[in-house]
Amino acid sequence: MADGRETDRNLGAGPGGAPKAGSGRLKAFFVKLFSTNLGKSPLRIKLVACVFIGLYAVIAGKLIWFGLHQEPSIGSKRSGDIIAAARPDILDRNGAVLATDIKVMSVFAEPRRIIDKDEAVELLTAVLPDVDASDLRKRLGSRKGFIWVKRAVTPQQQQEVYRLGLPGVGFLPENKRVYPNGPIAAHVLGFANLDGVGISGLEKYIDGQGLADLHGAGFSLTPESLAPITTSLDLKATYAVRDELAKGVAKFKAKAGAVVILDVNTGEVVALASLPDYDPNTPADALDPNHINRVSVGVYEMGSTFKAISVAMALDQGKVNLNSRVDARSSLRYGRFTIHDFHAQNRVLTVPEVFTFSSNIGAARLALMVGVEGHKAFLRKVGQLTRLHTELPETADPLVPKNWGELNTMTIAFGQGLNVSPLQAMMAVGALANGGLLVNPTFLKRDEQAAKRNAPRVIKPETSESLRYLMRLNAEIGSAKKADIPGYFIGGKTGTADKIVHGRYAKDRVFTTFMALMPADKPKYLILTLMDEPQGLPETAGYRTAAWNSGVVTGKIIERVGPLLGLPPRFELPTQPFPLLAKLGYGMANIPQSGGREH
Amino acid sequence: MAARTERSALANWWWTIDRWMLAAIGALIVIGLVLTMAGSPPVAERLGLPPFHFVHRQALAIFPTIAVMLLVSFLTPRQVRRAALIIFVIAMGLIIAALLFGHEVKGSRRWIFGVQPSEFLKPAFVILAAWAFSEGGKRKDVPGNFLAIILLPMTIAPLILQPDFGQTLLISIVWGALFFMAGLHWFWVFGIGGAGFGGALLAYKFVPHVRARVLKFLDPGSGGGIVDTFQVDTALDSFLSGGWFGKGPGEGTVKRILPDAHTDFIFAVTGEEFGIAACLFIASIFAFVVLRGLLQASRNDDPFCRFASAGLVLMFGIQSAINMAVNLHLMPAKGMTLPFISYGGSSLISLAIGIGFLIAVTRKRPGERIIASAQAQREGRAAALKGHEAARREIYP
Repeated sequence: MADGRETDRNLGAGPGGAPKAGSGRLKAFFVKLFSTNLGKSPLRIKLVACVFIGLYAVIAGKLIWFGLHQEPSIGSKRSGDIIAAARPDILDRNGAVLATDIKVMSVFAEPRRIIDKDEAVELLTAVLPDVDASDLRKRLGSRKGFIWVKRAVTPQQQQEVYRLGLPGVGFLPENKRVYPNGPIAAHVLGFANLDGVGISGLEKYIDGQGLADLHGAGFSLTPESLAPITTSLDLKATYAVRDELAKGVAKFKAKAGAVVILDVNTGEVVALASLPDYDPNTPADALDPNHINRVSVGVYEMGSTFKAISVAMALDQGKVNLNSRVDARSSLRYGRFTIHDFHAQNRVLTVPEVFTFSSNIGAARLALMVGVEGHKAFLRKVGQLTRLHTELPETADPLVPKNWGELNTMTIAFGQGLNVSPLQAMMAVGALANGGLLVNPTFLKRDEQAAKRNAPRVIKPETSESLRYLMRLNAEIGSAKKADIPGYFIGGKTGTADKIVHGRYAKDRVFTTFMALMPADKPKYLILTLMDEPQGLPETAGYRTAAWNSGVVTGKIIERVGPLLGLPPRFELPTQPFPLLAKLGYGMANIPQSGGREH
Repeated sequence: MAARTERSALANWWWTIDRWMLAAIGALIVIGLVLTMAGSPPVAERLGLPPFHFVHRQALAIFPTIAVMLLVSFLTPRQVRRAALIIFVIAMGLIIAALLFGHEVKGSRRWIFGVQPSEFLKPAFVILAAWAFSEGGKRKDVPGNFLAIILLPMTIAPLILQPDFGQTLLISIVWGALFFMAGLHWFWVFGIGGAGFGGALLAYKFVPHVRARVLKFLDPGSGGGIVDTFQVDTALDSFLSGGWFGKGPGEGTVKRILPDAHTDFIFAVTGEEFGIAACLFIASIFAFVVLRGLLQASRNDDPFCRFASAGLVLMFGIQSAINMAVNLHLMPAKGMTLPFISYGGSSLISLAIGIGFLIAVTRKRPGERIIASAQAQREGRAAALKGHEAARREIYP
């Protein structure tokens, strides 16, 4: 209360000013509380001056900060008024154009210069019927200096607008992105919007590689000055693949389908089709959630194709060899769950039989030999538990069970209980086939050397050859017979997963996949076909399993794209397709099982 | 100018005023005219007026501004108080008339007879508040503090009704600072500070307009759909495109799309055409005026003159700091002009009155020192005696 005493003294309140003892300390306290003290004001004013020094220092500091940070802000902020920027061409692996810029004229108006707004609206909408009249009238009535009337008009429309002779209406040349092949490879290309900004797919990837920065920095780029982007796609093969897939999806009344052709040695995606798709020239369609890229955005339980991974794991870790036997005499019980086989043999199976009969029990037993931790580690090594990164920005994380126990290992061994993107599964199967190197898939052209430079080895070459043998065997005598096109020495594996509907596996809805390796002796391409809810047909005897739909479609695709991709049918069977296995003492691997169906 | 020995009113004025302050204000007026030439032509063009429309009007307004400033600066403190009281009453009347009969411009009723009366209210309010606080501190028989306390709600109530939150905020801050400088108990400093904070919080919570502005400042995307940070972004672009030394007079391009380039955002235009160096120079003039004014005030012996000069300088300083901070996106947008630089007739005349008052109350007045020291002598205080001696030495060197 030293303050208060000082107050009284400085107030100089005459002799009667001292607080009376009787009226209580409370009153004195309030007097002190409410009275001000002139003696303090010089110091207080200096305090206020200090506050101002601080304020001005902050202002000066921000000014100096501006002086030191002079990078221009990215122009996309006001993209409504900028002219669509140039973008590089996108080519297929042979140089055919997939996406290009063309010069178009766009009609703009300067509302403040327009004399008669109603007349202008009437005349413009007569020439450009798809411009909304009331919206145009509203925008012409604004006080803006510049509005777009319509972007990218045809030369004829431009002539007609020109002849209207409206003051305050003019033209600006712009770049418009055109996709001459329509929906072919739409999911890979993505699309760019009217302002030339990549929104999805490779178009967005290009922006991320520095193109947007160039535009932001104010470089006026022409399409000629930008080096074209060469993709890994083969336009003809992609067309053929999409065509066959569309026929297949229509025939089997599937909800959706997709096909990918992957070069297992370079990781290049040579063809990709995902149906239903969209035409990037009308980009609004791309927003339909049904039009997603099922190969990289969708994650699915891949079904029996995962058995290839399980068998490879068990072989590679030396738990079994090709002559080992696995007990599949009865269903496998685990707690209240029972695992059955679809093609139940009810006997002891060899490892190749586990693969060709697609035995769930066998695959589960093989995975249990490796153990839960070993299984997880192997799946992580072949990239099944983490998100796959490619040039396409649209990818999804795999759905991995949170509490991974023995039951999970058993079901995942035959492809249920772990959702991965199909492209991710292809990367793993590609590694099983190509000699054991995990090559990250790419959508840009690349050679084998570049691909294998940072590809880690995940399995031994012998294991890889065993897998090729098993896949070949499966095409000769197992479930992949439908795709065994003569002359291509195909290997294959089917996969049929029951779909989960309302939290339980539905018996009548399936997700079928088919992986084909062509050719199985010197692997080049891995073809994946998947179909979502294909229906059984009378000619398939009502079966809706993978061999009857995805397998058939894959066979047609092999027949059609083989020659396009530089793989003509061979008329001679390879005599020593699996030399490593022969050395290891599995001479039977080189003897055709089907009795010379190849000719 | 006149010799020191001359005893005419003019000579007396010249030798007793704060000439540095006058020079700084003169510099601001000249700079303001130059910057109006930079900032206003694009706005005039947008409005379909001749390019130099605002420049001409500003140049014409300079003459009454200077005249009013000089005339007011001749007043004695007593006359200053009377003038302030008269201006306050008239301005209040006009504000209420504007509320009742004025037409709405951009959602508020501020204008009547072509002027914005709240501009004139501000300097008068500061003088009256300073008067009340000085009386409250000096004498017990006048309820000065009580008058000062009721002066605030009386003044800001019609401003809130307009609504004009910028001026309300300014007046409230100046009033609070005056109370603080009058030697308010620290209990209240924190109490009122807390109340002010609470008030700001309540305004944020219950006044949608305030809430929208703050949210827009913090997160431009939250405004529901359209992100409207055009003005601030453009202002920042201006500073960035200008660099240290600017693009040169008339070379600015960002100013063509900057709304309010001649009023609230003239500082950004300065940044683009004359560079960050020029902006720093202008900021330093404001800092000079404010700091010099406050230091002079702290040395002033007369309580009224001390509070009046501190309050006027404060208002000037806060207005300039808020405007510059908004331009630099340190604060959400507030309708606050940059004193003497921004275009605006009412604002110029009001500033002229304020600075005139400031010069008038900071004039050296030997008489008051003598009276004060004589009083102190009667009470027999050694400290005051020393002051008396100092005063004697100053008057009769």
